[in-house]
Amino acid sequence: MTDQTDTKVPSRAERFFDSDLWWSFKSHKSAVGAAIVLALVILTAFLAPLLSPQNPYDLAALELWNAELPPIWMEGGQMPYLLGTDVQGRDILSGILYGTRISIIIGIASVAVSLVVGIGLGLMAGYYGGWIDNVLMRIGDVLLSIPIVLVAILVSSVAQQFLSPAWREAGVAAVLVMAIAMYSWVQYARVVRAQTMVERRKEYVMASRLVGTPARRLMLKHILPNTLTPIFVAATLNFGLAILIEATLSFLGVGMPPNQPSLGTLIRVGNQYLFSGSWWIVLFPSIQLCILVVAVNMLGDWLRDALNPKLR
Amino acid sequence: MTAYVPALTVDGVSKVFDVSAPWLNRVIERRPKLFVEAVSEVSFTVEKGTCFSIVGESGCGKSTVARLVTGLYKTTRGDISFGTGATGRPIRVQMIFQDPHSSVNPRWRVGDIIAEPIREMKLRDTEKETMARVRELLETVGLGADDAQKFPHEFSGGQRQRISIARALASEPELLVCDEPTSALDVSVQAQILNLMRRLQDELGLTYLFISHDLSVVRHMSDHIAVMYLGRIVEQAPVEQLFTAPQHPYSKLLLATIPDIQNPKRRVEAQTGEPPSPLNPPNGCAFHPRCPIAMEKCSKVMPELLHAAGHAKVSCHAVAEV
Repeated sequence: MTDQTDTKVPSRAERFFDSDLWWSFKSHKSAVGAAIVLALVILTAFLAPLLSPQNPYDLAALELWNAELPPIWMEGGQMPYLLGTDVQGRDILSGILYGTRISIIIGIASVAVSLVVGIGLGLMAGYYGGWIDNVLMRIGDVLLSIPIVLVAILVSSVAQQFLSPAWREAGVAAVLVMAIAMYSWVQYARVVRAQTMVERRKEYVMASRLVGTPARRLMLKHILPNTLTPIFVAATLNFGLAILIEATLSFLGVGMPPNQPSLGTLIRVGNQYLFSGSWWIVLFPSIQLCILVVAVNMLGDWLRDALNPKLR
Repeated sequence: MTAYVPALTVDGVSKVFDVSAPWLNRVIERRPKLFVEAVSEVSFTVEKGTCFSIVGESGCGKSTVARLVTGLYKTTRGDISFGTGATGRPIRVQMIFQDPHSSVNPRWRVGDIIAEPIREMKLRDTEKETMARVRELLETVGLGADDAQKFPHEFSGGQRQRISIARALASEPELLVCDEPTSALDVSVQAQILNLMRRLQDELGLTYLFISHDLSVVRHMSDHIAVMYLGRIVEQAPVEQLFTAPQHPYSKLLLATIPDIQNPKRRVEAQTGEPPSPLNPPNGCAFHPRCPIAMEKCSKVMPELLHAAGHAKVSCHAVAEV
């Protein structure tokens, strides 16, 4: 008898592989394809020190006579520079792998920061209502009414002024994350607030209030789990957006510096040599950026449909 | 006959809700603040171990009374006091809700749902004792002890209502406020839940405050009934008296709406009108615009809830003058 009850309880992993979500994923070819591509991109980016032929941060490894070598299949291409080199003799492939890693880390970090801020403020606005709600949401409205690139340029240039030169390089990634998060928390806060206002009136919340559960625990243990589905979708799509924003800022010159290039920085640097014939310097990082963002967005689109009960 | 021991005393309780438009709209459109008196001057006592029912149409304030009694809402005026329980502390109140689909958190396992009151109120010392208590409660309400591991979506509406009852019992209450506990269920399941509630009343000595619009359910369950209309109690009587000899014209109207199985095609005297808006209640007796025996006085003076024939209390000029 006890054996029977033990086998009845499926573990988390079993429940996941038995769920509608997993089934929908398996039957969705584009989602599987996007997931495989994304996994490859992330894996190669994080294994960059093992895979790449050159360490692009090591200035001593750069040889100027290797500058502007074309890709390997063209005349003049050399091993090991598969995708050619830039004007400083830096291997494009290595730059892309390391740059993707920076882009992904900044994307994940900014989504994480804005999730924490957005969920926290959204829960408070939705649960308490009244003036707390008004103040938080109006701040959000004001932030959204300013174009994100302007916000980010403002934040990062102001931060650059205040950071000491020693911290500037290390701090620039953190400043980028903050600039992106400052903009995107509003979205999460709005979704969570709307859902919280629905959930807090439900009878299970009242039942919990009756036994004296404090507000913080009501929000985190009862209401939050019931708001996570739309948040999950928004976070996936925003991850793609965050990478794009970071690339935009780096392209405009307020993002990652050229000695620590992200994909956006690589594109900016390469863009200057496009018309001198060295098209590979700008093309390959751009392709990588496209692949990464398209894969993330395809996954996000599938997730949105899969989690929407009306489309099942 | 034992002495009358009140479990719950509600004394002149009123609840006013602010339903005004947001501040900015009020300023721009020059509209005043709006208030609704959902419950006005309601008084009653519930004897320990009995079932007291409140009936009325939707919007008459009966659910508000339930939430006032449990403390989910604060009273605007009046007092709500509880008798002393078995251990000398004031009686504990718990609530059973109407909708079994929204009254349990869909993301929690049933065991955690039922254990929540025990954990929050620290009624058991160890996790092992808590889970033992959860299994015991599940069996008390007619579910299996293994069901603690399942999620709410694996249960039917009636079973979820049993979960809801088990959770209410987990905090060891002596007074259960039941806000339409069966109106979301099928008739066959309703009977099971009502019988379970009666059995629990006998076994645990519970007192019920039962809110419903279903008169046949109320007749099955209760000892005493209060009929509410537009936030006020219009008649209050022992159950059999109210069903056999209703005195207030509104109680008569309500009883006339029960389908009669002996005479299914009987003609029900057409009653016109709907309950007036609580935003703008009529002067005098709130029922006078629909009342078949309204007099001139009814539109001017609000009748008081006075003792009438039998053990009833009725709020009607016509009855008082008899």
